[in-house]
Amino acid sequence: MRSRNRRMTRAGALLAAGALMFGLAACSGGDDGGDASSLADAGVEGVDDGSTLTLWTRAPLEKQAKLLVEAYNDSHENQVELTVVPNDDYVAKVGAAAGSNGLPDLFAADIVYVPNWVKQGLFQDLTANIDGLDYKDSINKGHLAAGTLDGKEYVLPFVLDLSMLFWNKDLATEAGLDAEAGPANLEEFAEWAKAIQALDKPDTYGTATGLNCGGCLVFTWFPSSWADGQDVLSDDGTESLLASDTAKDIYATWKDLWDSGAVLPSSQDEAGPTWTAAFTEGKVGLMPYPATLLSSTPFDVGVAGIPGPKGGGSTFVGGDGMGVSKDSKKAAQAWNFLSWMMSEDAQVGVLAKDNNVVSRSDLADNEYSQQDPRLITINEVAAEGDTPVAINFQQAFNAPNSPWLTMVRNAVLGDASSIDADNDEITAVLSQ
Amino acid sequence: MSTAVRGAGQVTPVRRRTTRARRRGAVTGWLFALPTALFVLLLFGLPLLLVLQMSASDWPLLGGNQGWNFPANYVEAVDNRFFMDSVWFTLKYTVLTTVILLALSLGLAMLVQESTRWKGLLRTSFLVPSALGLASASLLFYVLYSPIAGPFADLMKAWGFTFLGTPDGALWSTVFLIVWRYAGFYMLLMLVGLQGIPEDVYEAARIDGASRWQTFRSITIPLLRPTLALTTVLCVTGSLLAFEQFYILTKGGPDNSTITVVQLIYSMAFQGQNDLGVAGALSVIVLLALVVINIAQIRAFGRKAED
Repeated sequence: MRSRNRRMTRAGALLAAGALMFGLAACSGGDDGGDASSLADAGVEGVDDGSTLTLWTRAPLEKQAKLLVEAYNDSHENQVELTVVPNDDYVAKVGAAAGSNGLPDLFAADIVYVPNWVKQGLFQDLTANIDGLDYKDSINKGHLAAGTLDGKEYVLPFVLDLSMLFWNKDLATEAGLDAEAGPANLEEFAEWAKAIQALDKPDTYGTATGLNCGGCLVFTWFPSSWADGQDVLSDDGTESLLASDTAKDIYATWKDLWDSGAVLPSSQDEAGPTWTAAFTEGKVGLMPYPATLLSSTPFDVGVAGIPGPKGGGSTFVGGDGMGVSKDSKKAAQAWNFLSWMMSEDAQVGVLAKDNNVVSRSDLADNEYSQQDPRLITINEVAAEGDTPVAINFQQAFNAPNSPWLTMVRNAVLGDASSIDADNDEITAVLSQ
Repeated sequence: MSTAVRGAGQVTPVRRRTTRARRRGAVTGWLFALPTALFVLLLFGLPLLLVLQMSASDWPLLGGNQGWNFPANYVEAVDNRFFMDSVWFTLKYTVLTTVILLALSLGLAMLVQESTRWKGLLRTSFLVPSALGLASASLLFYVLYSPIAGPFADLMKAWGFTFLGTPDGALWSTVFLIVWRYAGFYMLLMLVGLQGIPEDVYEAARIDGASRWQTFRSITIPLLRPTLALTTVLCVTGSLLAFEQFYILTKGGPDNSTITVVQLIYSMAFQGQNDLGVAGALSVIVLLALVVINIAQIRAFGRKAED
């Protein structure tokens, strides 16, 4: 009897503790008891009254997010709590939070998912606030367009990530190529890769890519089409134009490179996590590569826009956009963060200082980019780049079993006979 | 006693006392069962109802419940371009793992039982992988199989193959991981079954002059049937619900050749289509299939036992 009583007491204590924790969790779920603030009376600057804001981003942008949040917390009353989520779990986490009305005040989204998330109503309308910014016209157009639905703006660029052609200058010089100029078109790109492959150095390959990584391929192959003036999607994002002659030229170039053994062999199964590793280790001659990695590439590289079959150069303006979530009770304070994020202090003083691309074209030429002409190249190409907008982008291109991956693998690793049929499959998914 | 009292049809003090005692007993019983019942209701009953509701609703991951959409989700689930492939692959994988695992674990169990000197060492070494979580084990093998970072990277380069690069390679590499991870666990179950067979049956067989093979076929296997039934049901159900190993090792690749049914549910819900309704419909279909398969298995083993 005594032992039963004791057990009951213990059970009661456990229950009480559980209830307490539940209560605490409920409290910390966004609303700290402060007054709800609206965006309408936030003004250009927003409200800086010492509120605590929550912010989510995905792991690949952790470095930039940390820098921005630290700089903001040091200079403002408001304090931002940053949560970094593994890349593969991010959509699931945001989805679960959206379903239970538990989104953080601010959250970033891969720019290619932004059109869908805006349409699902995850963000608050920022039109009046964004229109109040006097430098609005110089904010990156691709990101703004991705976050615009029916004339209303929901999202600002958080971090830009551009795809650029990078080449290892040492390897290029060794192969007798002009390391300062770089390849002028896709044909020369292939010649370069083969020339570096012909050096026959151990473990060194001409080029590399991620043939099992839909996101990597979108990021690095779409610009070749754009450089040729060929769109990859219809304007409304429901039709795939990836069976165009230009696109077929691009696949054929890569198939030729693959068949001739100038592509890093592990590219065949590369699903994303290590698709840039071999270049960073100096074992790959040249490849389309994320510009955010410029500062962490330890040797001398040349940088140019990604060329098309006939030359030119373009880039995929990727990265993440950020908006105020539908569940935020502190929208005016959250706007204060966004407004500061677009300011010169943040763009130049934080992002450019760390060799990142700025989201405002009027700040492209700044004290930090002047020290490195490659940054000016990147900033210039950014203005000519593009961001594709489609509601079903994730399913059509980024998902591990996307029809885009099927198409590229058939076209490069297979016999390239099913490009038109595979393209129809992409259109079928896009138009759902 | 209670029938006699009830038969008397009179309210006697004895009866009142027993009813009260019985009622108190019943209340205590319910109280004892309550925590479990609550857990089952909260953690099993409610989620099941939620999945049923999802499977019949238009329910995007990001948009929430948008109202009824009953037959459409099921039609879309079955029409999915990976549905038949994933069912076929899951069945293939289940048959492979079940046959290999059960045969191997029975062999290991007999080896451990027969050997006297190394019993402890053998049993422990077979069982050690079971102490590792499946996800951790998968990550371990992901590195082992990696053509870049793995210890076999040079070997793979020299021979021109990769473990996870071809559909068959990916399937067998995953089966190997699962066999490595679970052989010890099933060996333990088999060992318990083997030790439950009375020694005098074997002695009688020896006196009758039965060979080793005859003993194994006519005594060990029939008397091990309950254990075999348990391990088969466990292994089949576990393999049909395979997810972590493929999610970590292959992500359904290469070329969508290793998508299991549960992986299809996951990607439907969280990777791409983000449609909880269709994912729910797939889950309900899998649940029904599991119920049918398990009833069939239990019936099959039960009938054999009666023969």
